[in-house]
Amino acid sequence: MAATILHGVGATTALSSINYNNSRRSLPERKRTSLVIQCDGSLSSGLNISNNRGAKLSTNAVATKQENVTASTTSKPGHELLLFEALREGLEEEMERDPHVCVMGEDVGHYGGSYKVTKGLADKYGDLRVLDTPIAENSFTGMGIGAAMTGLRPIVEGMNMGFLLLAFNQISNNCGMLHYTSGGQFKIPIVIRGPGGVGRQLGAEHSQRLESYFQSIPGIQMVACSTPYNAKGLMKAAIRSDNPVILFEHVLLYNLKERIPDEEYVLSLEEAEMVRPGKHVTVLTYSRMRYHVMQAAKTLVNKGYDPEVIDIRSLKPFDLHTIGNSVKKTHHVLIVEECMRTGGIGASLTASINEHFHDYLDAPIVCLSSQDVPTPYAGALEEWTVVQPAQIVAAVEQLCQ
Amino acid sequence: MYIHKRRSNKEIIGGSITKRRKIDGRNQNEHCEATENRVACYRVLDDHGYPIAGTTFDQVDEETAVRMYKSMASLEIMDSIFYEAQRQGRVSFYLTSTGEEGISVATAAALSPHDIILPQYREAGILLWRGFTIQDFANQCFGNEDDHGKGRQMPVHYGSNHLNFFTVSSPIATQLPQAAGVAYSLKMDGKDACAVAFTGDGATSEGDFHAAMNFAAVMEAPVLFICRNNGWAISTPISQQFRSDGVVVKGQAYGIRSIRVDGNDALAVYNAIRAAREMVVREQKPVLVEALTYRVGHHSTSDDSTKYRSLKEIEEWRRSRNPVTRFRKWVESKCWWSDEEEAQLRGTLRKQVLKAIQIAEKIKKPCLEDLFSDVYEQVPSNLRQQEKSLRQTINKHPQDFPSDVPLH
Repeated sequence: MAATILHGVGATTALSSINYNNSRRSLPERKRTSLVIQCDGSLSSGLNISNNRGAKLSTNAVATKQENVTASTTSKPGHELLLFEALREGLEEEMERDPHVCVMGEDVGHYGGSYKVTKGLADKYGDLRVLDTPIAENSFTGMGIGAAMTGLRPIVEGMNMGFLLLAFNQISNNCGMLHYTSGGQFKIPIVIRGPGGVGRQLGAEHSQRLESYFQSIPGIQMVACSTPYNAKGLMKAAIRSDNPVILFEHVLLYNLKERIPDEEYVLSLEEAEMVRPGKHVTVLTYSRMRYHVMQAAKTLVNKGYDPEVIDIRSLKPFDLHTIGNSVKKTHHVLIVEECMRTGGIGASLTASINEHFHDYLDAPIVCLSSQDVPTPYAGALEEWTVVQPAQIVAAVEQLCQ
Repeated sequence: MYIHKRRSNKEIIGGSITKRRKIDGRNQNEHCEATENRVACYRVLDDHGYPIAGTTFDQVDEETAVRMYKSMASLEIMDSIFYEAQRQGRVSFYLTSTGEEGISVATAAALSPHDIILPQYREAGILLWRGFTIQDFANQCFGNEDDHGKGRQMPVHYGSNHLNFFTVSSPIATQLPQAAGVAYSLKMDGKDACAVAFTGDGATSEGDFHAAMNFAAVMEAPVLFICRNNGWAISTPISQQFRSDGVVVKGQAYGIRSIRVDGNDALAVYNAIRAAREMVVREQKPVLVEALTYRVGHHSTSDDSTKYRSLKEIEEWRRSRNPVTRFRKWVESKCWWSDEEEAQLRGTLRKQVLKAIQIAEKIKKPCLEDLFSDVYEQVPSNLRQQEKSLRQTINKHPQDFPSDVPLH
């Protein structure tokens, strides 16, 4: 396979040299190869795949089933699959490509994983490479770290992200730190992934938003997938990265269907996705809330608004380039997240945007989050803790007054 | 009372189990508190350094034995000088292996250099054996630019990928499940090597210890677990740490072959580790070795152990149960070592350590850039920005920042 060029963290592009406060600087030419798909913030570029996607809005925001959305940039028809299958496809391609890639977690082997992401892999690669572990999250995460330090590229699956709270010690004190504290002698190319977020009456302990807890840990990267297309691309990128990456999936998005390209592609871990370009307001979101936002966008368009929707995808670090360009254009920001109000991704993003783009804002940033309550089991109560499209519409209307 | 046992014909999960008719009984397994019937301890040399009659052990050749003794003595001397340096304020922190030199050195001698070590923090003897120089130790303790860890960790948190010694991480027992991962990696590659994970008696209370043992057993991972049971976890004696018969019985609970050895008998440790390692690599199964010893020194320079244990106890172990002296007696009895060589070793080494400290003190500290590098594989833009912002602040207020950290 010819060199698959990845947009690494801190790689030498114009990105790192941009002075965010210089409004006169024009958007840099972004390099594009046939294999790495980057999202160009520029509106005039016809090469932007996401632009195509923006043309068809999803009608059902509560995403268990979804109509087909075009995502392919090439003339080939591609193939349709569900999000969990896309994750599996990415995983399988990487396992095929590199014998060091292995999977460990509870029930990932012959059972195929609780959400079937690893189905069939144990049969194909054996139960050493797709390893069933006993129930001890801190320990199998630690095991993954030890294996990574010795040259393997493990993917650790948490059956639910919430259980990874048990692995916090290993993730924070070891995974994030050992490359640094060893003076660069040991690297930890581990991927930690699993479903999180609020599901359908799964109870408080199974509805955690771990991204808020992990975002502070130095040394790790965090990405959140939301479509089959980006799920596969981010999975592959995460596996290939030499940094520890936490890949956040969402319990309710596993059955999303989409047509994705046949040929191989890897996405960038540090880039946001332009879902719908617009000019009135920048709406920043990720994971499941993307669909609530897009449903709200449909209503907003009918009311005459033109929201720009960006799926931030990269939770750590934020893609301030894409976000910044959008803020400079619209001057209004609405963040829609599933995290709790206190200490969530929205809180950090608000601080970050205020710090860098304060001069471009015509109004204070509005952040819609879940309340600071454990997620209740009762269905109606649970629904009220999650930001709904109606709230998003109201927030945009108020912001754009 | 006689208990009539009958074999059950039906298979019960976990294999067929004999039935019993009564709850009460004189069954020994029920009385498992650590008072009676303790697991026996493997020992070769007596307190005076003479092989105990009837013990089975492999001889160590002269070269290895002398090298072992020199390493143990070097460790002892190096520890005492670094400890003093900390007391004088030259080093911020230190942790000695006093009283436990036999374990780390004899283990290192018995292993292959390809075996990957996951230390807790009292295993400097292994690095010494494998070629870490006194200067390397000093550089790490002073956190200067020649430190392999680039000055990022506390003193004694050594690490060397070349010597297959994982960087010490402060949280207790986190290295144990990592050892299962290392062993998993070695197993996949089919290497003739094993993972060797160290732990203390206190660390066996951590959940990670139990899960790691369980994992290693279930996955048949080639891990050699070595527990340095030195009687104290800072101020907590083992009677307050667990109520089992030490740590060796815990291995048995997980289906792991375990042995208890006299940790202050370097020859016994050497033999036990040799046999254990061979078993681990040949059968690809974990083994647990509990080495009984005593922590003669304080837990670290932040501790004063006379506050919670008697001076008499400490002195007794330091004088009459010292592993270095015991091994020296044996080596001398074979005419492989003499008083002159002893004096020369101590003299030379003392000078060497003092010199290394002087040199390390004067070497530049790592530069500011190293604050931000290695957090990720490459420095990302947000960290570059933070570095830039820090430099700007330093330029404006140079008098408020340490002057001995190079900016470039």
